[in-house]
Amino acid sequence: MHNKSVAELSRELESGKISSVELTREFLDRIKAEDKLYNSFITVTEDQALADAKTADEQRAAGKASVWTGVPFAHKDIFCTNGVATTAGSKMLANFVPPYDATVTANFRAAGAVCLGKTNMDEFAMGSSNESSFFGSVTNPWGLSSGDKRVPGGSSGGSAAAIAARLVPAATATDTGGSIRQPAALCGITGLKPTYGRVSRYGMIAFASSLDQGGTMARTAEDNALMLNVMAGFDPKDSTSVDRAVPDYTATLNEPLKGLRVGLPKEYFSDQLSPAMEQQVRNAVKEYEKLGATVKEVSLPHAKLAIAAYYVIAPAEASANLSRFDGVRYGYRCENPQDLNDLYTRTRAEGFGDEVKRRILVGTYALSAGYFDAYYLKAQKVRRLIQQDFINAFKEVDVLMSPVSPSPAFVQGANTNDPVTMYLEDIFTIAVNLAGVPAMSVPAGFVDGLPVGLQIIGNYFEEARLLNAAHQFQQVTDWHQKLPQ
Amino acid sequence: MQWDIVIGLEIHVQLATKTKIFSGSSTAFGAEPNTQASAVDLAMPGTLPVPNEQAFRYAVMFGLAVNAEIGRRSVFDRKNYFYPDLPKGYQTTQLDHPIVGPGYVDIDLADGSTKRVRIHHAHLEEDAGKSLHEDFHGMTGIDLNRAGTPLIEVVTEPDMNSAEEAVAFAKKLHGLVSSLGICDGDMSQGSLRFDVNISLKPKGSNELGTRTETKNLNSFRFMEQAIAHEVERQMDILEDGGRIIQETRLYNGERGESRSMRSKEEANDYRYFPCPDLLPVVIDDDFIEGARKLLPELPDERKARFKEQYGLNDYDARLLSDDARMAAFFEETASHGKDAKLAANWVLGEFSARLNAEDKTVVQAPITGAQLGQLVARIADNTVSSSGAKKVFEALWSGSGDNADAVIEAQGLKQVSDTGALEAMVDEVLAGMPDQVAQYQEEGDPKKQKKMLGGFMGPLMKASKGQGNPKLFNEILVRKLGG
Repeated sequence: MHNKSVAELSRELESGKISSVELTREFLDRIKAEDKLYNSFITVTEDQALADAKTADEQRAAGKASVWTGVPFAHKDIFCTNGVATTAGSKMLANFVPPYDATVTANFRAAGAVCLGKTNMDEFAMGSSNESSFFGSVTNPWGLSSGDKRVPGGSSGGSAAAIAARLVPAATATDTGGSIRQPAALCGITGLKPTYGRVSRYGMIAFASSLDQGGTMARTAEDNALMLNVMAGFDPKDSTSVDRAVPDYTATLNEPLKGLRVGLPKEYFSDQLSPAMEQQVRNAVKEYEKLGATVKEVSLPHAKLAIAAYYVIAPAEASANLSRFDGVRYGYRCENPQDLNDLYTRTRAEGFGDEVKRRILVGTYALSAGYFDAYYLKAQKVRRLIQQDFINAFKEVDVLMSPVSPSPAFVQGANTNDPVTMYLEDIFTIAVNLAGVPAMSVPAGFVDGLPVGLQIIGNYFEEARLLNAAHQFQQVTDWHQKLPQ
Repeated sequence: MQWDIVIGLEIHVQLATKTKIFSGSSTAFGAEPNTQASAVDLAMPGTLPVPNEQAFRYAVMFGLAVNAEIGRRSVFDRKNYFYPDLPKGYQTTQLDHPIVGPGYVDIDLADGSTKRVRIHHAHLEEDAGKSLHEDFHGMTGIDLNRAGTPLIEVVTEPDMNSAEEAVAFAKKLHGLVSSLGICDGDMSQGSLRFDVNISLKPKGSNELGTRTETKNLNSFRFMEQAIAHEVERQMDILEDGGRIIQETRLYNGERGESRSMRSKEEANDYRYFPCPDLLPVVIDDDFIEGARKLLPELPDERKARFKEQYGLNDYDARLLSDDARMAAFFEETASHGKDAKLAANWVLGEFSARLNAEDKTVVQAPITGAQLGQLVARIADNTVSSSGAKKVFEALWSGSGDNADAVIEAQGLKQVSDTGALEAMVDEVLAGMPDQVAQYQEEGDPKKQKKMLGGFMGPLMKASKGQGNPKLFNEILVRKLGG
């Protein structure tokens, strides 16, 4: 059963071939047996999951089931879960049990889905390799046969690795600069970052508020559509969420792609990209041509400025967002503080990891008197230029296609002492967050036995078009079905 | 040397919304610590602010009442600093795009002139919680009930030149926000808090001197004292050839002294930037017109009406109209009191003096306008003399009686106005004082005669056990002595 998709598992449950309790038990057993290798979960909520599964079975028996009733899945440990520890991968919140649900969490609860636990992540979603988690690195299920342990990407590396290893069929994730797409690509699964404002951020622990967006991870595009059906929508608790009708994302999966206008941003096929990676991406684009799409080269002239602008804006917002972790009300507090200043400095020095501290310092600097105009304001101007690049591009084409990451999964520890190289992991994904448009990562081949992702970028609120394009691709390719080892 | 005093004010006005500016928690004062603090107010991870529309409506009403431009695109910024009663580590406030732009307020001065004080702007922001340093033995208690209470911070231009003007403005503003119903006006609970910026310059100079800011004054009296104190402090320094340091000072009203809190060099870099959790709020014409319809009678309009409707003089009309609740108390008194001018005299006289003496606001008064009005009615219809009325007032205030008639009855304060009975008493008293009667009748100066009447009043009041109507006694005396 563990190789089946959400859509398939839902049908199995509906047919009565298996109960949710049995299914839940199977996945829990797999986590118990195999996750020692991957470390993809921070918390496994076995008892709660089995109780929820029992309830789901009763609901289904009573004829009150939705597609999700009784289907196991997991939450990235950035979504607050009422009564269950929510850590954001940080020592700062290692003991934090929220008394409330994130809106995303509540939505899955209402849909009857069975949460198996909370997946590992880079601390406060800051990282591209899942090596900054207080709860240890996550290992990518791919590439183990070579004897090296590789990163799953980040920050949603736990969710991606758990899905690739068949420990869950689907998991929530978040994407601030590529944190859904890059781990999805490195782990050979399918992930979607929706339009900014499409999914509520309430209860999703903030990294950079104007960039953070909750999204989906599963093996198939269809499962991503099923997840988005649960997650998308206006939330009165999040004033940046958008009040706009939510379509049934599964309804248009089978639309033909004939006439789809595909743009290839020339800036994303640069020398940053290895020829082997580029070949995989171009092969995927050829499949789209076979499906009836037309392809042309387009330009995102300010794309090269995206990383610089992002590493001002995201740390600036983070520096304020993370001020609440002060040891006063909840979370980690240093031992025996001597006075208020000692309480603050030691709590934060001991509670945050190096990468988080680095970004708080960068952000504090960028907002400081005398630097604000040169850094923060300039970065915001660049951001508007980047948004305009996408708006212009979508006047000519329906979707953009590009690589997701410059290289496949690298070996753990390879980039830990070189933050700038690590930041370049997101060179093809970051502009999308600055613009706020939706984008997917779809499995599109292998290089040296490691998965390669194709990025499909859409216009604002065109998630349905992206899912349709990804789904049609998955009808004629089987990259998303490949198993590690 | 002669000095010009230059004063600008910053006033924090707590808005009387039912819930907080960014969460659904209650704003009621006086609850058990931290019982009105939700996950949002505690800045729990992942929680987000949702703006309270009523706070915007109140701010727009304020803007309209001070003749200001309304900011059509209102932007929130984060002001970053660490303090235990600031849960998020930043205050959500407005820096460059406040909801209320430039406006003005006209104040009345004691010499009968008026002065225009310009408002620079007013912005919306959230209040912090409270740090409680007592009762925790070397530790600090944090109460977040107040955290997130909506405030408007009103910033004036440096248009005031004396403590009198500053206090007149403060009182006018207090009356304005109370009349609008956007603030409960209770200064003892911190509903209005004043920061005073003060500088001196040589008389007639066009160049402003270095200013200091005295923070968190929460009574008009402290404000007046603090200004006088700071003006004197600065004058001493300047006249000794020193220079003023730009700093924030705290005034201790009990001790009548101030101390430096922090200098400009020690000031925080607040690293303001637009709050990414809140989109700019667009205020459209409909919203503004909706707010305009909610504007009640404002103090200046009310003052004109009091003069017209009750025949009050300008001075009394202003004193009674500035504060909405004082005005309402007066109108209730007048409606029960039959004589509006007499009602005004009692409200501004005995009643206000008592409030001041006990440091109470009109809402804290132990008597109602109706109670005072009934007493005024009894004075007006001669049932009780003014000295008797003071005894009735005392009984009402202390709670030993709850309506004027009952007190008059119980204490036997009813005036005797039966002229037959009074004439008999006058005859009797005059018969017992033949020398004084003769003296009176021999006196040629009517002024001196008038004075001499007092000599008969004492024995008359005694004879009537204090219940004779003095006015009638007087009339009868003049008639009998003259005739």
